[in-house]
Amino acid sequence: MQVRGRVWKFGDDVDTDVIIPARYLMTSDPDELAAHVMEDIDPDFTSKVQEGDIIVAGKNFGCGSSREHAPIAIKAAGVKAVVAESFARIFYRNAINIGLALVEAPEASQETETGDILEIDTDEGGVLNLRTGESYDSRPFPAYVQQIIDAGGLMQAVSQRVQSKSAAQ
Amino acid sequence: MGQTMTQKILARAAHQETVTPGEIVEVDLDLVMTNDITAPISIAEFKKTGLESVFDPKKVVMVPDHFVPAKDIKSAEQAKIMREFAKEQGTLYFEIGRAGIEHVVLPENGLTLPGQVIIGADSHTCTYGAFNAFSTGMGSTDIAAGMALGTTWVRVPPSIKFVYNGTLPEGIGGKDLILYTIGQIGVDGALNCAMEFTGPVIDALPMDQRITMANMAIEAGATSGIFGFDDKTKEWLAAVTDNAYEPVFSDPDAEYQQVIEFDVSHLKPLVALPHLPSNVHAADEVGNMPIHQVVIGSCTNGRLSDLREVAKILEGRQVHPDIRCIVIPGSQEVGKQATREGLADIFMNAGAIFSTSTCGPCLGGYMGVLAKGERCVSTTNRNFRGRMGHREAEIILAGPQVAAASAVLGRVGSPLELTERVAAD
Repeated sequence: MQVRGRVWKFGDDVDTDVIIPARYLMTSDPDELAAHVMEDIDPDFTSKVQEGDIIVAGKNFGCGSSREHAPIAIKAAGVKAVVAESFARIFYRNAINIGLALVEAPEASQETETGDILEIDTDEGGVLNLRTGESYDSRPFPAYVQQIIDAGGLMQAVSQRVQSKSAAQ
Repeated sequence: MGQTMTQKILARAAHQETVTPGEIVEVDLDLVMTNDITAPISIAEFKKTGLESVFDPKKVVMVPDHFVPAKDIKSAEQAKIMREFAKEQGTLYFEIGRAGIEHVVLPENGLTLPGQVIIGADSHTCTYGAFNAFSTGMGSTDIAAGMALGTTWVRVPPSIKFVYNGTLPEGIGGKDLILYTIGQIGVDGALNCAMEFTGPVIDALPMDQRITMANMAIEAGATSGIFGFDDKTKEWLAAVTDNAYEPVFSDPDAEYQQVIEFDVSHLKPLVALPHLPSNVHAADEVGNMPIHQVVIGSCTNGRLSDLREVAKILEGRQVHPDIRCIVIPGSQEVGKQATREGLADIFMNAGAIFSTSTCGPCLGGYMGVLAKGERCVSTTNRNFRGRMGHREAEIILAGPQVAAASAVLGRVGSPLELTERVAAD
């Protein structure tokens, strides 16, 4: 998938409580969650973010709670990819499972600012910053994880397995 | 090359002789857990598979604890989805009044055993490492897949061995040890690793305090935290279950990504200041920091031994007139025992409230949400911005003794200051 979008830059250790505060977790409706995404780190974010934008952050993005509501809220707000120096483990799995593109690219993250335009090839992992002209490689996904991404998400992969199992019987 | 206890559990569950850190393996699951916030998504995703039943209803457990007793209509709807699914599928289910916070209830019921692989849609599922299990938090969709297949994938975490040397001073506990550790290595200091807690201090540490430490492994970014199996583990489990289990032990020549040694003989009561659990300072060195609320409880510090420590401090004393002190037992059992022992009376006579069991304020759900500009000392596990209420509120993490002392002092303080105050009088 090719993604080209405007960047919103955040720092290190962006936790799931600021991505989507627990006071909104009485629902798992993506649009309701998107209405409060990043509210506690940037109260104006929801009025600024537009379809196709990209979040860029530092280390340990998505640390904290297991709430899948976090990547769901980011995705439903129209954000097409999250680029970070590193991701917290549960957020990493959750994003892949629901089909939110993640790019682990430390240098790209360090040299990107809010307002930059990035072009990302999520299949190949390449990141190009149109302001600076710099391009970056990202860390490839392990083959097992790539299969989940290629299937379109975890439950698609699981359903394929369940169906082929029942067909074999 | 030898294997760590974490590798041994995962190898066994993956039907392999050995596993290597970094390798992705598919492992059999002994227990799959979810709660009232995460279950609705898990259930919706599970239904997408077209399967009629979960892989094994006796290995799937659902615990309403975050927003129950339901705080509003939406929360009631969420809990209802889970309750109905649990009933229809015949899974294990712990209703309020007979349960409490998942990470307190599951061990109490003998469901978390040595050598097991446990996943839960709650990040503090790492708690069960205290029982020599591999346990880790995941999101709702991973849990849906686990409910469907009875397996999950795991990237075998490299282990970091923490060795705690010396003798723990009086009044210093598991919460101080884990806060100290996170303060040293940072909130991503063990990212994607297993934290293996060892050393003479750990050997002497009571089970409840090991549970507190394992519970907060996630706050260092760890996949899991784990303890060895010893007489204390055995004795604790004997009181709750007759079920057989197979403990695991790290080989003497097991390979660690890192070995970190601490001498904790001079450790002081600690706090983590806003807004990260790694922002750790001695409680008596933060200056005059007034507070508005104290929360005592949660999956981290809501066990009976925690409440006993609090009662020792609050007995014969009063909560400071400007402080709201909220004591929440980790489970119905803890609440009942605290009542029997007279702890509940001590709390209420001191001017604290003693509630039913819930996660409530820890994640800013209800039962103690903070207003703008308010500051709370809390025995919970996270002090992220906005976690307990308004984004301009502040949470200071501490162990039960510091929390109780702070409730009396009306500011962040150490239990030693109360003793000094009596001596001065």
